[in-house]
Amino acid sequence: MISIFQNYGGELLQGFGQTLLCSVIALFFSLIIGSMFAIFETTPIKFLRVIARIYIEVFRNIPLLVITMFFFVVIPMFVVKIGGFTAGTIGLTIYTSAFIAETVRAGIQSVDPGQMEGARANGLSFWQAMRYIVLPQAFRYVIPPLGNQFINLVKNSSVLAFVAGFDLMYQGNVIASDSLSTMSTYMCVGVLYLVITMPLSYWMRHLEKKLAS
Amino acid sequence: MKDFIDAYSWINMRYLFQGLWITVIVSIASIAGSYVIGTILGIIRYLNIKVLSPVVGFIIDIIRNLPLLLIIFFTYFGLPNLGLRPSSVWATILALIIFESAMIAEIVRSGIIAVPTGQMEGARANGLSYSQTMLHIILPQAMKKMIPALVSQFISLIKDTSLATIIVLPDLMHNAQIVYGENTSYILPMFLMLAIMYFVVCYALSLVSRSLEKRMS
Repeated sequence: MISIFQNYGGELLQGFGQTLLCSVIALFFSLIIGSMFAIFETTPIKFLRVIARIYIEVFRNIPLLVITMFFFVVIPMFVVKIGGFTAGTIGLTIYTSAFIAETVRAGIQSVDPGQMEGARANGLSFWQAMRYIVLPQAFRYVIPPLGNQFINLVKNSSVLAFVAGFDLMYQGNVIASDSLSTMSTYMCVGVLYLVITMPLSYWMRHLEKKLAS
Repeated sequence: MKDFIDAYSWINMRYLFQGLWITVIVSIASIAGSYVIGTILGIIRYLNIKVLSPVVGFIIDIIRNLPLLLIIFFTYFGLPNLGLRPSSVWATILALIIFESAMIAEIVRSGIIAVPTGQMEGARANGLSYSQTMLHIILPQAMKKMIPALVSQFISLIKDTSLATIIVLPDLMHNAQIVYGENTSYILPMFLMLAIMYFVVCYALSLVSRSLEKRMS
């Protein structure tokens, strides 16, 4: 295991960086898109609610790999040439945003409806009330599940290995077939994934306990 | 339009259904295995046995925080280093069982915790032994609370079987890739069909869970 780190440290670190980069980008955009659809689901406008419902149900029930391969195979053929990293990140964003929408919606609905009514009665518009009153309260409840989504996102980013995204998993594969010691290579890769996900998962558990008490 | 009609010819569809069959079989086997093992691990974690529970808990934490793809590689490419050579079907089932039983153990543990302690005390006061109480009083109630989480875990298991295409498991995703690899004009129809098939299977499962929840409450 140590010899793998010594011989292929550069590649592993590069993959680690790519995984982290892609996860952070995907998290950022899926937070925006997810919150948008969560708000759509709670609006009084029926059309928006239906659109949000369809988006969430469709992308929650299709494998991430299918979405990613779609962006890797179909989009470059018909629309615009994009690389594996971009395709993978877009796929991850779309897939995760459906889950985040569901999480944030639960958060919004856990805020006392009196808050919204009070804000509306005080003359704020629906969007203002959402933006300044409901969402800040909702996000407090939503942080631990969002953290778990981020952990899932980091784990799911290994799908970039399918589309030549040069992430940790991809580099691990290259190293495994180069060094022929598969077991120890995958152990190294596993340790590097744990470096990201383990602290996050313990932190989220701590936050959950703090919120519950 | 002609592409679509050609792509959905009987030969291609039969091939896709063969893939879907493999996906379903592998999913059912892994669901059954991980449900049993996950429940046992979850109870061990809940019981707080000295040494054993913390060790099991730590292993579960590690497995939960690894990507499934890595575990699939482990069972398919890593185990031969130790002298075992599972076929791609067995490697997938093994990987899924390892990964999902860790997930399910956590669900089971939090389900048991959610049952009020009065239930346990009442049953013990009525003369049931600890294991009787667990089996007949606590677990059935915990199961009821766990259904939504369990079913969504099973849905993600079905979706995750698609990852096994990387070790050439002849599942739905893999067969679709072969079909559009033969003729590039089939790409769009194949992706559409893939999405529809996975969606139907997963959505049906979530509908079942919703009706189960309603019937139980």
